[in-house]
Amino acid sequence: MIQLQNITKIYPPNTIALENVSFKIKEGEFMLVAGRSGAGKTTLLKLILVQECPTKGKVLFEGKEVHKIEKSQLPYLRRKIGAVFQDYKLLSLKTVYENVAFAMEVIGALDEEIERDVPKILEVVGIQDRANNFPKELSAGERQRTAIARALIHRPRVILADEPTGNLDPYNTSEIIELLKRINELGTTVILATHNKEIINKLGKRTITLEEGRLVRDDEEGRFLL
Amino acid sequence: MFTIIKRILKSGWQNFKRQGNLSFATCSVLVTKISLITFLFLSHRILDFAISEIRLRADISVYFRQDCLEKEIFELKEKLTEFSEIQEVEYISKEEALENFIERHKEEKTLMDSLIELGSNPFLASLNIKASEADSYEKVASFLEGDDFSGLIEKVDFYRRRSIIERVFKITSFIDNAGVAVSLILISVSILLTYNTIKLTIHSQKEEIAISRLVGASNWFIRGPFLSQGVICGALAFLISFMIVSSSFYFLNSKISIFFPGFEVLSFFKSDFQNIILIQLICALGLGITPSFIAIRKYLEI
Repeated sequence: MIQLQNITKIYPPNTIALENVSFKIKEGEFMLVAGRSGAGKTTLLKLILVQECPTKGKVLFEGKEVHKIEKSQLPYLRRKIGAVFQDYKLLSLKTVYENVAFAMEVIGALDEEIERDVPKILEVVGIQDRANNFPKELSAGERQRTAIARALIHRPRVILADEPTGNLDPYNTSEIIELLKRINELGTTVILATHNKEIINKLGKRTITLEEGRLVRDDEEGRFLL
Repeated sequence: MFTIIKRILKSGWQNFKRQGNLSFATCSVLVTKISLITFLFLSHRILDFAISEIRLRADISVYFRQDCLEKEIFELKEKLTEFSEIQEVEYISKEEALENFIERHKEEKTLMDSLIELGSNPFLASLNIKASEADSYEKVASFLEGDDFSGLIEKVDFYRRRSIIERVFKITSFIDNAGVAVSLILISVSILLTYNTIKLTIHSQKEEIAISRLVGASNWFIRGPFLSQGVICGALAFLISFMIVSSSFYFLNSKISIFFPGFEVLSFFKSDFQNIILIQLICALGLGITPSFIAIRKYLEI
């Protein structure tokens, strides 16, 4: 489904973020990207989301090279990907309901579809009671649930989660990870970047490990190794 | 398509409402700009009128000999009206000159007694000539002092008034040019300030734009709410500035009439009513939308 071929990313003047990274992700897979801060995890996810361009190499999504797509077509690619970030990236002027509904509005969903699906997804992630609150009125855990709801609502092919539990306490961390597991069990591909050893060890899923921009390990059942 | 437009407009209105302080600041700036531009426009019209009135006071008079026939004077008048530089030629007969003199000085016994003692009309028939430019008077004076008319003309009253005429035109030209320069400067400053205000607004929304792009919104879906927010601000600013300008002119009219009796400032407002509405509407929408459009382009390219 997703393929990285010999990806190198160098930030000017000479900061090597990724060096000759190659791997494939199958449809429906749950893959972790592990590594310390600065290893290149976020850069890797940004390349898949076409927020950055590689210095060398290709990123293929469903067989198409994403960095050769015309700019006008990028929104359509991004609608196939649900993204969850450490800093939530919620629209501050919209309520929880409106934030989640926004993802459906951009794909041109009908009002009836939005009114039917948004309350359901809010219930799935457990924030139905906060539908009319603004992000600044929510706890960190609630904000991240909102972000996950928004990432899920338009039924994307893949969820990219970049340190989604970075700002959360252990209780919320556990709940968010369980949520992502359930999403994956329903068929959505999940790529989770994290440096949290508890998450890596608990999940036991395929884990690729980055170190100073290089892919050093690719374990089918990953464990956190120093 | 209709659904998308509806959503864009709704989003724009929501943003406008939910950013109360920012919306108020943006509207205030727009109201100031629009009112300023309107006042500049009307001031320019009033100034043009005042300048042309002042210039009309500058004129030269041509006095004809006592034995000159009216027919000959009218022929000369016809020739003068062919000059493109001449705005107006007024004939004042000997009898009219006498009547005007008596009317102006009827309370002055000495003058009236002197007139009675003379026994005849001492005044000469004349042509009063008004030109559009100071330079034109010299041309007209030279024409009148030619050989063709030496038998008709007693005196051309130009050289005595020459310096006054030139000074009047110089001062009014300076005022006119200064008015245009001040207008251009204020309009440029106005555009720059509005652009910066909107750019600051967009900058504060930079993250919202980035998030919208990541979620898969198209450029127009991102741009639309900002433009509709600009339209709402512009429309509101238009209504407020129209009320300010119209009430100001109603108030000023009575005050200015005290200093310049018969001068109705309100008449300019009424005669240019449609132009004022058009100017304010164009400025309101232009200043509300264009800076948003230009400023957001930068962040959509990222």
